[in-house]
Amino acid sequence: MSILINKDTKVICQGFTGAQGTFHSEQAIAYGTKMVGGVSPGKGGTEHLGLPVFNTVRDAVEATGAEATVIYVPAPFCKDAIIEAADAGIQLIVCITEGIPTIDMLYAKEYVDRKGVRMIGPNCPGVITPDECKIGIMPGHIHKKGKVGIVSRSGTLTYEAVKQTTDFGYGQSTCIGIGGDPIPGSNFIDILALLEKDPETEAIVMIGEIGGTAEEEAAAYIKQNVSKPVVSYIAGVTAPPGKRMGHAGAIISGGKGTADDKFAALEDAGVRTVRSLAEIGQALKEVTGW
Amino acid sequence: MNLHEYQGKQLFAEYGLPVSKGIACDTPKEAVDAAGEIGGDAWVVKAQVHAGGRGKAGGVKLVKSKEEIREFAEKWLGKNLVTYQTDENGQPVSKILVESLTDIDQELYLGAVVDRGTRRIVFMASTEGGVEIEKVAEETPEKILKAEVDPLVGAQPYQGRELAFKLGLEGKQIGQFTKIFVGLAKLFEECDLALVEINPLVITPAGDLHCLDAKVGVDGNALYRQKKIHEMHDPSQEDSREAEAAKWELNYVALEGNIGCMVNGAGLAMGTMDIIKLSGGQPANFLDVGGGATKERVSEAFKIILSDSNVKAVLVNIFGGIVRCDMIAEGIIGAVKEVGVKVPVVVRLEGNNAEKGTQVLAESGLNIIAATSLSNAAEQVVKAAGGK
Repeated sequence: MSILINKDTKVICQGFTGAQGTFHSEQAIAYGTKMVGGVSPGKGGTEHLGLPVFNTVRDAVEATGAEATVIYVPAPFCKDAIIEAADAGIQLIVCITEGIPTIDMLYAKEYVDRKGVRMIGPNCPGVITPDECKIGIMPGHIHKKGKVGIVSRSGTLTYEAVKQTTDFGYGQSTCIGIGGDPIPGSNFIDILALLEKDPETEAIVMIGEIGGTAEEEAAAYIKQNVSKPVVSYIAGVTAPPGKRMGHAGAIISGGKGTADDKFAALEDAGVRTVRSLAEIGQALKEVTGW
Repeated sequence: MNLHEYQGKQLFAEYGLPVSKGIACDTPKEAVDAAGEIGGDAWVVKAQVHAGGRGKAGGVKLVKSKEEIREFAEKWLGKNLVTYQTDENGQPVSKILVESLTDIDQELYLGAVVDRGTRRIVFMASTEGGVEIEKVAEETPEKILKAEVDPLVGAQPYQGRELAFKLGLEGKQIGQFTKIFVGLAKLFEECDLALVEINPLVITPAGDLHCLDAKVGVDGNALYRQKKIHEMHDPSQEDSREAEAAKWELNYVALEGNIGCMVNGAGLAMGTMDIIKLSGGQPANFLDVGGGATKERVSEAFKIILSDSNVKAVLVNIFGGIVRCDMIAEGIIGAVKEVGVKVPVVVRLEGNNAEKGTQVLAESGLNIIAATSLSNAAEQVVKAAGGK
């Protein structure tokens, strides 16, 4: 078991023949992901990386039975790509692209919700179930099949947590980068609910950052609904207010969204927090008794 | 990206919102001439900076003569205006907005933001205009009225009417408010705004609604399709190093400390700043070099970090996911040589080929300290910067 994806998940890539799509699809295939094709409008009928290329997502789904898609198309075209995937019957959309206008995401998120389609990202590393399926840009080799579920707003911080859980020998059930944008396709609560239900996940690492109130909402959810041990780190204690720290969503505005508020909410919910990102593995060891 | 008040009002006017007749001026003479062109015998002169609190800081003045206008313009043009929202240096004033005077009976507030929780554009209206709205929200939240815009159908006139009645407006004001509400919603979506505020939205003695101020923030991700608005960008209102970094697509934010940071990934960059603080040091900046971390980008990043004379040591923290750490190490060595970095540089490499990368750095003969872990890197750099 795992969440969202496993060794049988059939995946296509939108923006397949572009530089990003090509590079990361090669990596995914090498990792063992069941890639079944890709979409590049105008190149339908050709072959790329030994897989069929389709003009539309609908063609790809009909021909391959794809359930998941990974989107690498440039930001101006992502709203269209997301809605196309939702209309074609894709069940899981993973959007890696950074820099999508917020208004586009307001439309796209509302649309996929009404269709009952799950979206991860944008502006994220993707999702990986170690040794089974890798959808996204994360380095596969640092992962190890195991029992910790990791959910994070930041790519490289996810890798740090992965590295530590691998080094401690615990491994990961599934790692989900929900992305650094203000309007994510899935939020912490969506993913925490799945990890809580997943029998293979025995503990959870949640990595947040300044901006918005998603961590506070997650804390309230954990208090009521999550029985598994949770370790959490929040980045940006030293971030000044009113400044956007790289990610579109990482900004303290109107006094809201500080790391201190988030730490306090999580601690109040019984979550084990760490102030140094280097201590995630050690904290897991302590809370689980592993 | 933020706009100046005069630019925001240009957009307001295009969307049919009632604004004063005004002219943005570069010189005292232009300001005096503008008053003549606008007419009347009283005007308001307003220093144009990207910050609130201008009134209390002396950057807004009611004037009754052209001599007063000249004095105000001469006082502020080319100077910096310090308000409670700016840093101690303030923001440079390069334009003065001269407007016809509007008499005020009552001050309201109307604003809109993208609300992350509800994933909607949310409008906020209040009878408590002319003051800090965050304070109103904190102290008397019941005085903030809200309306959510459904992304699939857009803002509806009834929502404007509903707000208008709740605000206690009457007669012609209901229609006027609804028109402002619908116009503002259209502006928000069509121009990719992140935030808009009319504070205050006033009722004149004649009972008409009028937009007295305009605060507009635009979604930086959407500038590629907002050419006209992009041209309104005023780099003088931003930190010069941040603007230089943006040219190289590096995310840089200046801070107060003395330890420069160069990191790949925004989250890890913040995490690195935090761990420096935990180790007893103070970060001098946030800087995300991105996934590539090529020699060219690393060189530019070093130049920007070192342009801050407070920097006494630099911490480079790279998690090499798919890129190889030994290649990144070569890039760092090349950049340190090219830029002529004089301060100690602590490097922590993790991930793909990390050991080989660390070895390459150790053998470079340069003033580079290879750290063994993230905690170790933080301790080393704090020590190198003369901290504890």
